[in-house]
Amino acid sequence: METCQKRRDFIGMALAGVSAVGGVCALGAMKKSWDPLPSVQSAGFVTVDVSTIEEGEARSFVWRGKPIFVLRKSADTPKNAKRDVVIGEKVFTLVIGLCTHLGCIPSYDAKQKSFICACHGGVFDASGINTFGPPPRPLDIPPFKIAGETLVLGEEGEEYKKLTAKKA
Amino acid sequence: MREIKILAIVLFFTAVTYWGVEPYAHSQMHPHVAPADFGFKDLEPLHVNGNVENGQVLVEANCIACHSIKSLGLEAPMSIEDAANAYGVVPPDLSHAGVIYDKNYLAGFLKDPVGATKLSHKFGEAKPYAMPSYSFLSEQEIADIVAYLKNIVATKVSDKTVFEEACGRCHSMKYDALKAQTPNAFIKSYLGAEAPDVSMMIRSKKAEYLSTFMNEPTKMVEGIAMPRVGLTEASQDQVINYMESVGDRKKAERESLGLKLIGFMAIFTLIAYLWKVQIWKEVE
Amino acid sequence: MAEIRKSEGFIDWLDQRLAVKAFMRVMMTEYWIPKNINFLWAMGVVLVVLFGVLLVTGLLLLMYYKPDINLAFDSVNYTIMQEVEYGWLWRHMHGVAASATFLIIYIHLFTGIYYGSYKKGREMIWITGMVLFIAFSAEAFSGYMLPWGQMSYWAAQVITNLFSGIPVIGDDVVIWIRGDYVVADATLTRFFMLHVVLLPLVIIVVIAVHFYSLRFSHVNNQESEVFNFDVESKKFLEGRKKESKVVPFWPVFLSKDFFVVGFFMTIFFALVCYQFDFAMDPINFEPANSMKTPAHIYPEWYFLWNYEVLRGFFFDIGGMAAMDIGLIAFVIANIVFMILPFLDRNPMNTAPAHKRPVFKYWFWLLVIDMIVLTVYGKLPPTGMNAWVGFVAAVIFLGLFIALPFITKYEAKGNVQ
Repeated sequence: METCQKRRDFIGMALAGVSAVGGVCALGAMKKSWDPLPSVQSAGFVTVDVSTIEEGEARSFVWRGKPIFVLRKSADTPKNAKRDVVIGEKVFTLVIGLCTHLGCIPSYDAKQKSFICACHGGVFDASGINTFGPPPRPLDIPPFKIAGETLVLGEEGEEYKKLTAKKA
Repeated sequence: MREIKILAIVLFFTAVTYWGVEPYAHSQMHPHVAPADFGFKDLEPLHVNGNVENGQVLVEANCIACHSIKSLGLEAPMSIEDAANAYGVVPPDLSHAGVIYDKNYLAGFLKDPVGATKLSHKFGEAKPYAMPSYSFLSEQEIADIVAYLKNIVATKVSDKTVFEEACGRCHSMKYDALKAQTPNAFIKSYLGAEAPDVSMMIRSKKAEYLSTFMNEPTKMVEGIAMPRVGLTEASQDQVINYMESVGDRKKAERESLGLKLIGFMAIFTLIAYLWKVQIWKEVE
Repeated sequence: MAEIRKSEGFIDWLDQRLAVKAFMRVMMTEYWIPKNINFLWAMGVVLVVLFGVLLVTGLLLLMYYKPDINLAFDSVNYTIMQEVEYGWLWRHMHGVAASATFLIIYIHLFTGIYYGSYKKGREMIWITGMVLFIAFSAEAFSGYMLPWGQMSYWAAQVITNLFSGIPVIGDDVVIWIRGDYVVADATLTRFFMLHVVLLPLVIIVVIAVHFYSLRFSHVNNQESEVFNFDVESKKFLEGRKKESKVVPFWPVFLSKDFFVVGFFMTIFFALVCYQFDFAMDPINFEPANSMKTPAHIYPEWYFLWNYEVLRGFFFDIGGMAAMDIGLIAFVIANIVFMILPFLDRNPMNTAPAHKRPVFKYWFWLLVIDMIVLTVYGKLPPTGMNAWVGFVAAVIFLGLFIALPFITKYEAKGNVQ
């Protein structure tokens, strides 16, 4: 009698256990269905030509659906060895043009030499470092590789590794 | 009476919130600008009367090398693609130019195209504007051209034609199957920005804003690539009417149905009130 | 099994199989509501009507809407707005009803606070109500994305980015929610699913629980008077209708609600046809452009107050990043109403606010502060505006910190 009861308990628990495992696996599968698709993840590489950018000019490009700002610093703009991308004589700021607060696109104000975000008033200096408002960190630098006077976005070149090493 | 008092309080707070998030917020976000100036007071007005015959000679000698005048059977010398390629933008047809554009504006434009369009931030020595300046012509000759262009317009121009001639070289109107005459890529390299499709602009910008904006775009948006095209007040209204007829074509139905719906609900409310009074008589 | 006999008619036939008569008694004719109420008690029924409007108009829109970033904008603004007969009407009604739903929810919520209807046995009504508020918020947010206009896109961008504030896994969570590195097609299709299936299902279930929870503690009344519903309903059934303190849901209570609904729907249709900009922002008639942020980004008006709590903290305090403080404040603002019954340390006093010496000031201060937050949530966050927002956000949090002390004080002083 008692063994029968125990056996029934055991079978019941086993059923519950199997159901729980199945449930967790199903949830895991559902979570994965929400992940970015492989085609999205391999959104590829973009080559941008920076040779025609003039001093003090900020130009924007598109990479993986995000705006990329390339600003060629003029002589009187403060340099920042930790963030500048140097190609020969030219010094560039290369950043993802999305405010690190909530993802609006800041615009470059040449007079103030800053990126200004209209959404919540965040300000970044010409090197992309946050100087005012809610943004928690500087503008992100996309992975890049220098190839002559062009930048290959999405590929991690020597210079990119150096910049990230300096940050750490 | 207590319910009336409660209703008054609820309505008061609702109204304050509405005022704050709508009229007040918009007045803060979009600061007031001077109203549209259809006199084009910044341009020197024409002070001589033009001679039509002389104008014809001048137009035939100077304009039709690039421009078409389709109403007179004068086709453009180049195909649209070649013209876009050569000039960056397709030159406008002049069939109705004398009517849809203000005459002082036309005169100012002939003398100084970049100044009249207010595009000095886009064009100059380094990047010449497609239309050359005719400042070497005399005041009388300019007046003659303007008079001739006005004289060749025989019929009333439709709203859609005004749009096509004044806006359709750059802007598409997808919801009326109108594609910009100049391909978008050319406009981008010519003006530095793409000209948006304007199908829903009547809803996104509203007639009031559009009427000041079209009159002088750079006054509303600093550094914008859109030129001042110098429409007269009447033709600008035609453009706005046309935009409304495409982007908000159910407006008339909406406004007449609105009255019926409100009327219906008012009757419903009245009967519901009478029914309520009758039912509550038993319990109160 | 019930005894089945030859039926005397259709109703009787049905009654033998589904007990419809008993069901009607329980749901309608013998569901008792206090008599001493005002029109604010009709807000629940107004909300049911609005939800019905949203459901029906939503079904009609669903027939022509295309959830694809290349097709969505035109399917809404051309097919529905210009081609489909009365398509514009369904869309305007859907948009305005969504906004109106929130207005009525706020009135409903403040009514509950004013008359102390969130405590003394009514906690579950309150909590399910707040769950509905959150579900409706998610429903409104996901729906706002569907027309794929400029504000659809940028509101989605900004709001999904909020999750990046979660420590360690934040950035991955954002990508997971979007299904892409930025708001994109994958984001639109999954929010479409949420808007038309999952969230409406959740809302319907929670509405059922909300109504069910009303049956235990009964509807409150204007004076928070406690009486025996069994005794009072017996009086009514015996015909002493004037003496009884209760009325049946049908037809007495609903007859008044129909009048209130009629009054409200008259205004509703005026808004639908003539004053719809507050609910259908003109900027959203501009197609989404991921390369151009609009000059001003703001959510729909009903989210402005907690949006302002979020951005009110615009400078670092004591080494803590402005963004983190804002996020924490935002999370608190979103759940603080839920725990209101437990912040109130005077749970037995359910008198309306005007009979409570300190609470009445607390209540009106809360209303005014939330309106200030709402208005400043839309204004550009520059100069003075940022400071007004900051102060209002601090006051908002302060009010809820003060509530336990205020109510405790009231409970101690024998003020009833």
